Amino acid sequence: MLHTLLKGRAFKFGDDISTDLIIAGKYASLRSNLPELAKHVMEDANPEFASKVQPGDFIVGGSNFGLGSSREHAPLVIKMAGVSAILAKSFARIFFRNAINQSLPVLICDTGKISEGDQLEVSLDEGVINNVTKNEKYTFTRIPPAMLSILNEGGLIPYINKYGDFKI
Amino acid sequence: MGKTLSEKILSDKSGTDAKAGDIVISPVDLVFVQDTTGPLTVRQFKAGKKQTLANPARSAVFIDHAAPSPNRALSNDHLFLRQFAADTGCLLFDAGSGVCHQLVAEKLANPGDVIVGADSHTVTAGALGAFATGMGSSDIAVAWSLGKTWLRVPETFKINVSGKFPKGVGAKDLILHLIGLIGADGATYRALEFSGDTIDKMPMNQRLTIANMAVEAGAKVGLFPSDKITQAYLKSQGRADKYKPLQPDAYAIYERAIDIDVSSLEPTVSKPHTVDNTAAARDLRDIKINQAFIGTCTNGRLEDMAEAASILKGKKVHEGVRLLVCPASRQIMLEANRAGYTNTIIEAGGLILPPGCAACLGLHQGILGDGEVCISTANRNFKGRMGNPDSFIYLASTATAAASAIIGRITDPREVL
Repeated sequence: MLHTLLKGRAFKFGDDISTDLIIAGKYASLRSNLPELAKHVMEDANPEFASKVQPGDFIVGGSNFGLGSSREHAPLVIKMAGVSAILAKSFARIFFRNAINQSLPVLICDTGKISEGDQLEVSLDEGVINNVTKNEKYTFTRIPPAMLSILNEGGLIPYINKYGDFKI
Repeated sequence: MGKTLSEKILSDKSGTDAKAGDIVISPVDLVFVQDTTGPLTVRQFKAGKKQTLANPARSAVFIDHAAPSPNRALSNDHLFLRQFAADTGCLLFDAGSGVCHQLVAEKLANPGDVIVGADSHTVTAGALGAFATGMGSSDIAVAWSLGKTWLRVPETFKINVSGKFPKGVGAKDLILHLIGLIGADGATYRALEFSGDTIDKMPMNQRLTIANMAVEAGAKVGLFPSDKITQAYLKSQGRADKYKPLQPDAYAIYERAIDIDVSSLEPTVSKPHTVDNTAAARDLRDIKINQAFIGTCTNGRLEDMAEAASILKGKKVHEGVRLLVCPASRQIMLEANRAGYTNTIIEAGGLILPPGCAACLGLHQGILGDGEVCISTANRNFKGRMGNPDSFIYLASTATAAASAIIGRITDPREVL
């Protein structure tokens, strides 16, 4: 099971963060060397992100986060960087599904009030984001039940290995 | 109650009365990867308990994104994929065969199929009336092993297209216009379903261009009916037996209907760095270009080669501009050679790249320098897409790209036609 209370700082990004900004296509030659690939996470959106992110931190985006390529490396390198969840106003379809399949929580909420560096606590069970810095609370849209079970089993492959089939 | 194309296909496949919003388990008719998503998919597949393909004859590996390989790491990825194909008996389309989506259209996609691929432009096969959608490596690995996937039945936007395209305007302008209209996330989680008198007459190459870019509006699938055009295309590819008619029901329920009259459309361009950032080509004539790229799963078909050659015939590519032209498959390259199109393009100063993804995604064959501008017939202009975040990509039709290559700046093709 996932930790249900997530704590970390917010790294703020804008709208339309594409999979090319998350992990550029030009690094395709590193895709069989994931630790090297992960050093370039978010590079073209914020070159300092990879060196500053700490385990537990959050990526906070705007609308249509993760648009573009189907590359599952995008949520994978974000997870490898230690990010505990992505918060955004909306997500592109394939990215959303890929993140769940990699057991990375993707939470739809109004991110407008969250600022760079805000300390956040996210309760996955309660559906609440507590902005400790600003002393504000926000709610997020619950992950659909079919996807929540995949998320909770550690991703799609562990899920299928456990159940042998889709239990949806 | 009537059904949309998505509801019809997914009802038929899942054996349920599938309606928008339902979650269905559907068998899959074709499951494929390409060389940049394939290695992770194979590793996810090998992490699973069941390590045999449910249907090797309908599972495929395409080596197209970096083909031939530009470096040692990608060469080793290709070795890994070839070994997987040899071990499992799946289909392998090696370097030089062409772009996966073009080959799927030519050889594999059938009306009414459910197709999943580890590439977002899998939606291209919607042109043939297949419910085709892109997924990530884990989903594709599971679809390989179980022969099925889960899908949420999408709500549908009906796109009614009427009128006759003016000279110099075509399907690419239409889809760029539509994405500009509804936005790059305007159809997220939705199906786009195309209909109307313009669609009824639209040839397959143009349908493929439009379906290909459905994902650039966020859509899960971009569906066309299966009709006489589909039948003729399948016949031309030696697959007449795969034809079956497919139309939405008259009383299907649509979330939204959008009417577009193409007779008033203009040559349309997407400016950096999002596809919905559209403008008329004639309003961008101050933009000087360094490179023009004609090809890809969006606009690398024989009709594109013919159009480029007809515009370039007897003319010269502007000094200082590189014109890269890439047929999307081996079949297209052979036919373009036979018809003399490639010679015409070379005589004008263009260069021909081997069938594949070429310069589209910044791996090889046309990476942009700092500050450079490319006009491209591809489907994405994201920052960094062509290998350099300090460069600028404008998306356009083949006619606009060819005209711009001659003039050296973004050009409404009607100026040179």
